Amino acid sequence: MREMKTDKKNVQAGCEGCAHYNAEGLKKLGVNLNDSDYVIALAGNPNTGKSTVFNALTGLRQHTGNWPGKTVVRAEGAFSYDNKKYKLVDLPGTYSLLSTSQDEEVARNFILFGKPDVTVIVADASRLERNLNLVLQILEITDRAVLCLNLIDEAKRHKIEIDLRALSRDLGIPVVATSARYQEGIPELIQAIEGVASGQIKCSPRKINNVPEKIMKAVVQLSREIEKEFPEIPNSRWIALRLLEGDGRIVEALRNGELVGNGQLVGNGQ
Amino acid sequence: MENSLEMDNSLEMDSNAANRIINLTRELRWQIGEDFHENLAEGIYADASEIAGHAVRREREKKKLRFDQKIDRIVTSGTWGFPIMFLLLGVVLWLTITGANYPSAMLAELLLEKVHPVLKSLSAGIGMPWWLDGLLIDGIYLAVAWVIAVMLPPMAIFFPLFTLLEDFGYLPRVAFNLDELFRRSGAHGKQALTMSMGFGCNAAGVVATRIIDSPRERLIAIITNNFSLCNGRWPTQILIATIFIGALVPTAWSGLASLSAVIGIAVLGIAFMFLVSLGLSRTILKGEVSTFNLELPPYRPPRFWKTIYTSIIDRTLIVLWRAIVFAAPAGAVIWLISNIAIGDQSLAGWLIESMDGFGWLLGLNGVILLAYIVAIPANEIVIPTVLMLTVLVTGMGVGEGAGVMFELDSASDTASILKAGGWTLLTGVNLMLFSLLHNPCSTTIYTIYKETKSARWTFVASVLPLILGFILTFLVAQVWRILA
Repeated sequence: MREMKTDKKNVQAGCEGCAHYNAEGLKKLGVNLNDSDYVIALAGNPNTGKSTVFNALTGLRQHTGNWPGKTVVRAEGAFSYDNKKYKLVDLPGTYSLLSTSQDEEVARNFILFGKPDVTVIVADASRLERNLNLVLQILEITDRAVLCLNLIDEAKRHKIEIDLRALSRDLGIPVVATSARYQEGIPELIQAIEGVASGQIKCSPRKINNVPEKIMKAVVQLSREIEKEFPEIPNSRWIALRLLEGDGRIVEALRNGELVGNGQLVGNGQ
Repeated sequence: MENSLEMDNSLEMDSNAANRIINLTRELRWQIGEDFHENLAEGIYADASEIAGHAVRREREKKKLRFDQKIDRIVTSGTWGFPIMFLLLGVVLWLTITGANYPSAMLAELLLEKVHPVLKSLSAGIGMPWWLDGLLIDGIYLAVAWVIAVMLPPMAIFFPLFTLLEDFGYLPRVAFNLDELFRRSGAHGKQALTMSMGFGCNAAGVVATRIIDSPRERLIAIITNNFSLCNGRWPTQILIATIFIGALVPTAWSGLASLSAVIGIAVLGIAFMFLVSLGLSRTILKGEVSTFNLELPPYRPPRFWKTIYTSIIDRTLIVLWRAIVFAAPAGAVIWLISNIAIGDQSLAGWLIESMDGFGWLLGLNGVILLAYIVAIPANEIVIPTVLMLTVLVTGMGVGEGAGVMFELDSASDTASILKAGGWTLLTGVNLMLFSLLHNPCSTTIYTIYKETKSARWTFVASVLPLILGFILTFLVAQVWRILA
């Protein structure tokens, strides 16, 4: 996969000597959110260190805690890298995007209606399989994503090894190993974000495929119909999945034209 | 005109298109049957395990995991879970109480004995009028200085310790231990987490209830969060317990006695949380208890210095700043009501006198009730206000004039003032109870309104603890007086 060539760089940490590495290019902007070039969403399972990654990128000190559900408010911050400004939105942690609880809705609606330029999915490296459930669901919604494999130090302590290249190939998105608590892997993460945001890295995300034929057919038929009626919708497949699930919020969005609009309603993050 | 017509047309087209899609959805849902959700979820699991199978290689060694399980087996066990919880709470409080004494005294000496006279002579030097000097230096400055001296040291110890426990991963274990009790109270198990947040600050605890999905259980958690003793109330509890409870036993045991009293109040608060949750879920907030999965995260060694740093900068200083913001105007108000005379008494004197009767019924007094009215913006300033008002009504010669909050750098100084004001052991005990059971501070009330968007529930959450406080202190006072 030619477009995944930047991966190799992500795999090796500590490439400070490399010409691509540009530590001076990073400016942590805290809460200064004015006129950003890109909007980056930070999603992931609870207690995987999203807020720690958020802090590492923005220089803010959003409080973190070792318990699932610490972040209930959508936090926003900013950083700039190579003269581009990035607005970062820390979403509440969720195990999936398929149920109806309030925090999941905030996360789901932001990724769908907020249309972030890049969605960074933070996953716990030592619990990869469980975390992949959410990753796969997010990849159904957006095809501009980076997987941040956080807590890699813990995985190493547990003698868990992860083949980042294989994972990146399977998922079709850049994968970066980080240990945000110790600021490790953050430069590589920023480069991956920049690559996807600027379009240098093209993602071809994995779609869910272990589903019975009957359902797949229904999804395809419905998503074709959606594409026909609303050609502007970028993720007809996800809309189809949600409609078949019976998501009232999507039905409503379809009725009031919000899905094709400029994504005004991004869930009340308060 | 034309434009809007066009827009109407396109909207209509869109809505037709939407209807077509919704109809198709209905048809397809009928065809694929009930188990769409399960099929999809299973598909995702299968994909995830396939991908993880390619990428993950683990050596067969899980020592660390086993270590976590070993700890969990102890701290969440039926036998040891609760004792360990109380022990940890006790250690944190003991470190806070004993550790805060010395720096508190130093701060009090610096701000009240050194800086205050300097400010006074400065203002005399530039010929400031007496009322401005009084309002600014004896009112506002002293109130702020008092709050810093009393609050900063305990918070700078309590918050980092609490944060260390949090970062280590202990809080979810607390939730695990308390889950059964909350379930039996008809509340959500995650309320244990919001309760823990409330021990720092009730407003934060109320915001944290967003982790509870069910609106019914979330309301219960919001209404009962005030029963978690917040950091604005810990110093009151600690000081009054030291003066009145600690003095009951020989000096060697006084620390332990006052510590037990404070823990007793905190546990009583938790008991009230369960009882009120139970009451609410049986009456106005009836409903099913929802189930949930609570992940016990791995224990992580906290990054010690970083935790200390962030919890001091982010929590301690922010909370302190809030207290100062509220203390300054309160100081001005106290000075004013003490210096504005109506007839032969100051305004404060009249107010205290009018509330003394009701206060007596509750085993309290007019001073305490007035202090709680002045301190609605922030619980932190209750004790300074009480002391100031007590001196005012007893006419003691300690202060430098009406409305001056003076130095009280040792508990015994404070004790002598309170006892001169007619305080007894009953007053002390009931003040501790009333400090636990009264209306939330204005910040919390506002937060409750923002979270519930309902004036009715905000009213319930504000008044319910106050009524409980009145009832409990009344009963205690009556029984006490009959027995005594």
